[in-house]
Amino acid sequence: MPLSWLAEITDLPQGASGADVAASLVSVGLEEEDLHGGDLTGPLVVGRVLEVEETVQKNGKPIRYCVVDVGHHGQQVTEGKHQEIVCGATNFAVGDLVVVVLPGAVLPGGFAISARKTYGRMSNGMICAEDEIGLGHDHDGIIVLERLLGDKAAADLQPGDDAIALLGLADETLETNVTPDRGYCLSVRGLAREYWHSQGSPAGGYRDPAVVEVPAGNGGGHPVRLEDEAPIAGNAGCDRFVARVVRGIDPGRPTPAWMQKRLTQMGMRPISLAVDVTNYVMLAVGQPLHAYDLATLDGPIVVRRARPGETLTTLDDVARKLRPDDLLITDSGERPLAIAGVMGGASSEVGPATSDVLVEAAHFDPTTVARSSRRHRLVTEASKRFERGVDPGVTAAAAQLAVDLLVEHGGGTPDPGVTDIDHTTTRSAYRLDVTEPSRIVGVDYPRDRVVGILRDLGCVVEESGEGSDDRHVLVTPPSWRPDLDNDSPAPDYAEEVARIDGYHRIPSVTPTPSEGRGLTHGQKARRLVADSLAAAGYTEVLSYPFVAAEIADHFGLPADDERRLAVRVANPLSEERPLLRTTVLSSLVDVLRRNLARGHKDVALYEVGLVFRPGGPLERAPIPGVASRPDRASLEQLYAAVPDQPRRAAVVASGQIEQAGWWGPGRTADWSDMVAAVQTVAAALAVPVLVESDADHAPWHPGRCARITLTDGTLVGHAGELHPKALAALELPARTVAAEFDLDVLTAASEAPVQVRPFSTYPPALTDVALLVAGAVAAADVEAALRAGAGEALERIVLFDVYEGERIEPDHRSLAYRLTFRAPDRTLTTEEVNGFRDAAVAAAAEATGAVQR
Amino acid sequence: MSAPNSNYDPVEVSALDPANVDAALADALAAVAGATDLDDLKTVRIAHQGDKSPLALANREIGALPPTAKAEAGKRVGQARGKLGQAFAARQSVLEAERDERILVDERVDVSVPALRRRPGARHPIELTAQRLVDAFVGMGWEVAEGPELESEWLNFDALNLGPDHPARQMQDTFFLDPVDSGLVLRTQTSPVQIRTMLEQEPPIYIVAPGKVYRTDDLDATHTPVFHQIECLAIDKGLTMAHLRGALDAFVRIMFGPDTRTRVRANYFPFTEPSMETDFLCFVCHGAETWGTAEQCRTCGGSGWIELGGSGMVNRKVLRTCGIDPDVYSGFAFGLGIERALMLRHGVQGMHEMVEGDIRFSQQFGMGA
Repeated sequence: MPLSWLAEITDLPQGASGADVAASLVSVGLEEEDLHGGDLTGPLVVGRVLEVEETVQKNGKPIRYCVVDVGHHGQQVTEGKHQEIVCGATNFAVGDLVVVVLPGAVLPGGFAISARKTYGRMSNGMICAEDEIGLGHDHDGIIVLERLLGDKAAADLQPGDDAIALLGLADETLETNVTPDRGYCLSVRGLAREYWHSQGSPAGGYRDPAVVEVPAGNGGGHPVRLEDEAPIAGNAGCDRFVARVVRGIDPGRPTPAWMQKRLTQMGMRPISLAVDVTNYVMLAVGQPLHAYDLATLDGPIVVRRARPGETLTTLDDVARKLRPDDLLITDSGERPLAIAGVMGGASSEVGPATSDVLVEAAHFDPTTVARSSRRHRLVTEASKRFERGVDPGVTAAAAQLAVDLLVEHGGGTPDPGVTDIDHTTTRSAYRLDVTEPSRIVGVDYPRDRVVGILRDLGCVVEESGEGSDDRHVLVTPPSWRPDLDNDSPAPDYAEEVARIDGYHRIPSVTPTPSEGRGLTHGQKARRLVADSLAAAGYTEVLSYPFVAAEIADHFGLPADDERRLAVRVANPLSEERPLLRTTVLSSLVDVLRRNLARGHKDVALYEVGLVFRPGGPLERAPIPGVASRPDRASLEQLYAAVPDQPRRAAVVASGQIEQAGWWGPGRTADWSDMVAAVQTVAAALAVPVLVESDADHAPWHPGRCARITLTDGTLVGHAGELHPKALAALELPARTVAAEFDLDVLTAASEAPVQVRPFSTYPPALTDVALLVAGAVAAADVEAALRAGAGEALERIVLFDVYEGERIEPDHRSLAYRLTFRAPDRTLTTEEVNGFRDAAVAAAAEATGAVQR
Repeated sequence: MSAPNSNYDPVEVSALDPANVDAALADALAAVAGATDLDDLKTVRIAHQGDKSPLALANREIGALPPTAKAEAGKRVGQARGKLGQAFAARQSVLEAERDERILVDERVDVSVPALRRRPGARHPIELTAQRLVDAFVGMGWEVAEGPELESEWLNFDALNLGPDHPARQMQDTFFLDPVDSGLVLRTQTSPVQIRTMLEQEPPIYIVAPGKVYRTDDLDATHTPVFHQIECLAIDKGLTMAHLRGALDAFVRIMFGPDTRTRVRANYFPFTEPSMETDFLCFVCHGAETWGTAEQCRTCGGSGWIELGGSGMVNRKVLRTCGIDPDVYSGFAFGLGIERALMLRHGVQGMHEMVEGDIRFSQQFGMGA
């Protein structure tokens, strides 16, 4: 919005800068997006071309050495002669009026102009193109003022006149970010109103540009029928349609320069008078308009929903398949002319020969327009405004403004017939408790303040009607505020009062919850797990959970593995990674690979996060209504449709887990580090776990994979070395080790308070046994048998040596255990201890075939 | 073993001669003093305190003395032996101390050599930042709520007053799942946790919900498709925007120091009404307006204020959808991006560092920065 335009509608304080206006608008909730223009300093003057000498350079480029009359400026003052300028453009002739920037000036972007030698001669400044002075985007040639302003306006100009004032280049343009509830601020009318509020809404300080004299509909206009047979949510697609006809427009008439400039400042490209006028009025009052070439229309305009199979080629030359939800403007109900509120069609477009124009100003249903805009991926200036809500009170005025401009600048004549179909309903008043804003905001607003602010906003506030009393007033919002709805208006009005009164007046009061139970067990347990792994030397990372479909094959998962059942993202960022991970490891390996690629040789990582386990194709989640709380069954159905997302942790290590140093060589991470990692976590949570080998769990090495379970057999996870094939497929180093476990299982298992076992203070008795077992026997089984056989007095059992080699039978191992016994009530005798030990050995022999050495 | 010598032996025993005793003692003391280490002292002890030592031999002669002489000789020898014993003990402790000290000197090592055999691990700072914020709120009596990341569309949008046609729904770029009509999305915000809580819990509710959220942004310096939010929701009787501001003030003080304060302005969010946008005083320049100067603050860009995020009073429609009577209860909600808080507080330059998982990033934070 150019400040000059703003100043036409509301009073700007003397010398208010763009930054000042932006700050004022921020105070009423309109955020500044950008501020541009106004960054040009002169001298920038009107010049008349006196002489042109054109030469062609070696590269084939023509160069003109020009002499330009710039009035009493530049070389005329210093050297007593006309300005000598070198110019690369050729779109001008001797006698033309041009825009000259003289040495000492600074152009937008900080380009300082000085006299300098170019193409062999001194150039004392520059003849400007539009884009160089921030006037537009055109750089096809330099500005010729007769063409830009018209011969009539140019006739009054003298060489040396200030071009900054002439072209309005000192004008700053402010871009604001308009939130979706404030559709009315997508217009200078709305922004000016907000600015006026920011200045305290002084009386007479706002001049509504939409207040113009408008003839009533009179039946003599172009026929229009509204035939919406499928309204969305009960709202008709179109509830107001104004059609006006202007005939005899001279197609050769250009859009006036001031209008072109404003369109350009607002980021729109001037096209032709009829189109520019509709855009200009839209920018001014927020009402999108459409101009049809009347000659292309055969019959009445019929507004209806699209029929199956219909198509329309829109102005952007795209043939669009229409869907029954699309609201159409049609010719005689047959030929589609436009997708209502989104974009017009090519066939009825205003062209270079158009002289009779039909101006459409309509009010379309926001939802209808939003859906069409989304479906056709077509966001236009019109759709943006209709989606956010256009003021239904401004329809006829907008059409009138356009008619007036076409008459004034196009030389057309308006038809006396005016079509105005108005199905809009008047909004009912809301009975507002004037203490409500204070109750919601926490600031004490006196009744007069509340009423005053609402009236400034354009609301009608009745203090004496039926239902009003000393605490209640009847409020009807203005037509441009559909967001002040009748559904829950009290907070809406409270916000308006707080906003206009100033958010800075809201005090700070710390809320005081009555009781809090602290972190849940699960939340504490999760921290403990993460801290334990970090303390054990693993570094926490967070990977994106998007994985490739091939990951399951890389892992070597069997065809029926549950981990193959992954959720697919319909619109993934990368087509190569469309799936959501079913294991943490499947995305953690990416981070390991990245670290290795960056030259880290020894890497030990972990991640704790959710995985996605749909267990099959996604069920369709219901979409209940929002008017009230869905019933229990609907909620349960809703929750159940959300796939399982267990929280899991994965650990991965490659290279040395203990560094080489003065103490000796380092130690490479191996399968046992991974088992230890899981055991460390389990121990931190005081959860006993069992370890057994698992020869069949991809992606682990079949001979080096531990399956870790709770004592009741519930699976916790797996740990060990990864399968060489998986490592090759994942492009990871040989011997990379990993673990993955279910945190939810460990959390649940640690939920119950630990029940303490009493312990003895009598002296312990230690005894060692060495057992010879066959190679296939698991140490864990031997230990379990020893425990079972040793009885109650066994306090501790440690496997302190494993030997296989020449001194024992081939394919056998010697396992050396230290058993610690202690009785609760006495010192054990040697005989007793020997008895326990023998019983333990016997049990081990029985269970595993172990032989004492 | 001999019986007392009943016969008087007139011969003077030279060993008991006082001069000889004194000489023996003097010799012994000199030897003790001359012992340079414990082994030396042991040799001296055998020579001067052993069975064959002069004083031991002298002592043995006492029994042969006439009774009248016994007492005096006994006293003389006893005193000498006592003095010698003390001297031994004293020398012994001196030499032991010397030895102990020497051992400690000999055992000296260079403690500046590396000691960590196992490289220390680290927590991820995003998790640590979330914990820090969560802990502060838990300390004020709030509780932590969580929910799934793959979430129902209804909970992520509709229940939050973001109907299928709501323009605000366009502002967010959502990951949809296959099939697209599944009614499921990757949650674009942690707000569905608020809905789940309100649906299942009676007010008063004071919850803080940290978690991962998803939007279809490509990774660049300021965007990442997977990021973290933390949201607070309070539902109680009599809550106003002043309480919201109080909670926001507490929030920024926790994160950025006790001098931090907020300023608020109007904004729009579909799930809150009235809504509020909050800035907080720059914790680096403390609000000095340095814009355009040589000392322009890099943290706040020179404005003196940093944008915190959106907040507001929970929309009555949202309360109704969750079965909470908006005429009895009111509440507020606010949230912010954890990555942003981390960037601000720790001078992180861009998103890449936070999402790539390079161990050099996490390791700077240890286990609880």
